[in-house]
Amino acid sequence: MITAGIDVGAQAVKVVIVSDGKVLARNLLPTGFDPQESAQKALDGAIHQAGISRGDVKRIVATGAGRKSIAFADRNITEVTADAKGANKLMPSVRTVIDIGAEEARGISCDAEGKVIDFAKNDKCAAGAGAFVESMARALEIKVPEMIEISLKSTKDAPINATCAVFAESEVVSLIHTKIDKADIAHAVHDAIASRVASMVRRIPIDKDVALIGGVANNAAIAEAMKKHLGVDVLVPENPQFVSALGAALAAAA
Amino acid sequence: MTTQLKYKTKALDCWQWGKELRLEAYQDLVTGHERGKLLILGCAASPYGMLAGLGDFVFLAGEPYGASVAADPPFSIPCMEAYEAKGYARDMCGYMRNFLGSMFLDKYYFTGGPFPKFDFAWSVRHCPAGHPKWHQIVADYQGIPMNYIDDETMLTCEGDQQHRIDYVAGQYLDSIEWMEKVTKRKFDDEKAIEAMRNYFRNEALWGEINLLNSAVPAPLDIKSYFALMPIPMLRRHEKVATQFLETLRDELKDRIAHQIAAVPNERYRMCMLTPPPWSFLKIFRYLENFGVVFVGTYVYLINSGEVKFLYDENRVIPAVVPEERPGWPRMKNREDLCRTVARWRAEHPFQSHLDARKKEFHIIFRHWNGNAYLLLLNRGCVPMTTSMYDFQRDLQKDGIPVSMFEGNFADCRDIDETGVLDRLEAFLEGQGIYKLRDAAPGIKE
Repeated sequence: MITAGIDVGAQAVKVVIVSDGKVLARNLLPTGFDPQESAQKALDGAIHQAGISRGDVKRIVATGAGRKSIAFADRNITEVTADAKGANKLMPSVRTVIDIGAEEARGISCDAEGKVIDFAKNDKCAAGAGAFVESMARALEIKVPEMIEISLKSTKDAPINATCAVFAESEVVSLIHTKIDKADIAHAVHDAIASRVASMVRRIPIDKDVALIGGVANNAAIAEAMKKHLGVDVLVPENPQFVSALGAALAAAA
Repeated sequence: MTTQLKYKTKALDCWQWGKELRLEAYQDLVTGHERGKLLILGCAASPYGMLAGLGDFVFLAGEPYGASVAADPPFSIPCMEAYEAKGYARDMCGYMRNFLGSMFLDKYYFTGGPFPKFDFAWSVRHCPAGHPKWHQIVADYQGIPMNYIDDETMLTCEGDQQHRIDYVAGQYLDSIEWMEKVTKRKFDDEKAIEAMRNYFRNEALWGEINLLNSAVPAPLDIKSYFALMPIPMLRRHEKVATQFLETLRDELKDRIAHQIAAVPNERYRMCMLTPPPWSFLKIFRYLENFGVVFVGTYVYLINSGEVKFLYDENRVIPAVVPEERPGWPRMKNREDLCRTVARWRAEHPFQSHLDARKKEFHIIFRHWNGNAYLLLLNRGCVPMTTSMYDFQRDLQKDGIPVSMFEGNFADCRDIDETGVLDRLEAFLEGQGIYKLRDAAPGIKE
């Protein structure tokens, strides 16, 4: 059976189409102001990529912050459930899933079948999410890819103690004024995010293997910092930003 | 659509009577003075039946008033703002902020008219520091006398119990003399004893009603329960409350016998430890879409209600009123009354030591046939939030699923409703519980 999963995130809509557990297509578009329209376009694009027709997609499950706005979905599930299902499919040995998206981070403890045992989320806070990295890149007047690159070269720890994105930004500005190297500031920003996410994830049992997913998992500097703060290796699957949509597509087939 | 109603349901027969009794209590504060009644302010946990010794009275417990205001954000927000405009901090008791704001605005929630002027404030000192301060502000603002019973000493299990009872009973005796002085009324011991007998009886009845929700399906949902709670909370010294609570109890027994459910699609039973955010009661109706019924909350089992925990047997049973307990004297005079009240409070689960309290959470969960606990990190009440992470760990160690969210029971501005519902949905999905009406054909619910 062919099914689709749609992850309506704060910044991007991700669509995955699967057929009997095999991924046929992936597509990603900005969420924009009309999540339903963006989701429809992303789905159409994925269908085109897969070389199938809309009628071939037998069931659609939506997930993500905007999941309830997708009227054409057959049902919706939360990101927590979708993350665990998707991560389990890609990495069956994973028992702890950390998803860092644009606006939210969460840690999920799951069993061998990908069933959620416990989870923790950050509340109303951007300090542990992707939007914060982008905002800090703007403060440093560089692009995110460059910020990641120079961060990985840094060997110094600059101090950023803030648990709040707003205050952290002012700390970064202070560091710029005190002529701290950009690479060290970039490193400090990633370190601060990882520290915050790790402390949130510690509310749940952290069992191996640990996977990092979500758009921010593409940021190698964050992945490195997460390893340091959790004291364990962190697995990052290919296309980590699509894991939740994959979980939704698999849930649609269940 | 796969929603199936597993059980039959109907509204409570005594619902309208309950609503009338509740409203009477609040309206009485407006008209009470005209009818010669004393208007007295205090904490809901106070043994206010004793005040009947002064004659007819109306007791306004600040907590349920603060909760009622909280449930209506358009009224509550101006109250909060009026309170803050006086320079008081935002992180204080949420109930107090609604209450004081309402007083500063001179708007009484239940009528829209002027805020009541009290004759005096009298209370036990429950919630260390916070509530006495609350009433002190009222006393200063309205220029009324206040008197407090220091019974925090009951919260410890160390030292000599008899000594503590003597200490507290002595304060009750002193406070009666104080009340006679400030009201210029003679205290009638017999009337006070009678009202406290009602009070004990009604606490035991409310406890018994709570325990009946062990039945599957639950005969009473928590939203209806909260709506009826002002009766045992505000009127438990009255005979009419006994009549109502006996009627409610019998009706619930009848519902149990006939499998009449509060939530017809009940399939998952959740318990709470504390009150909910009162502006967010829709959480309960919303979760009914998942087949979730909330069967009770610990705090009102032991506050306005009384039960007996049998720790060694891991059981909870209805409480027996003090005068029917082995070794307790029948109250004949003022001294008996004060000693009985002091001893009763000392042995009441409301005063449970932390370790005993944790055990009680497990016992009542099992009694209610619960599937999970929902805990609130309450920004509006420090005592109700203290140790919440410890409680969570303790419950989870026993294999009890726990979901926790952050909010405020009295300030609607302090809660992210969408985020909380999202969190709860994720929790329920982890438990294999999906929204019933969203389920597509063929998807196993």
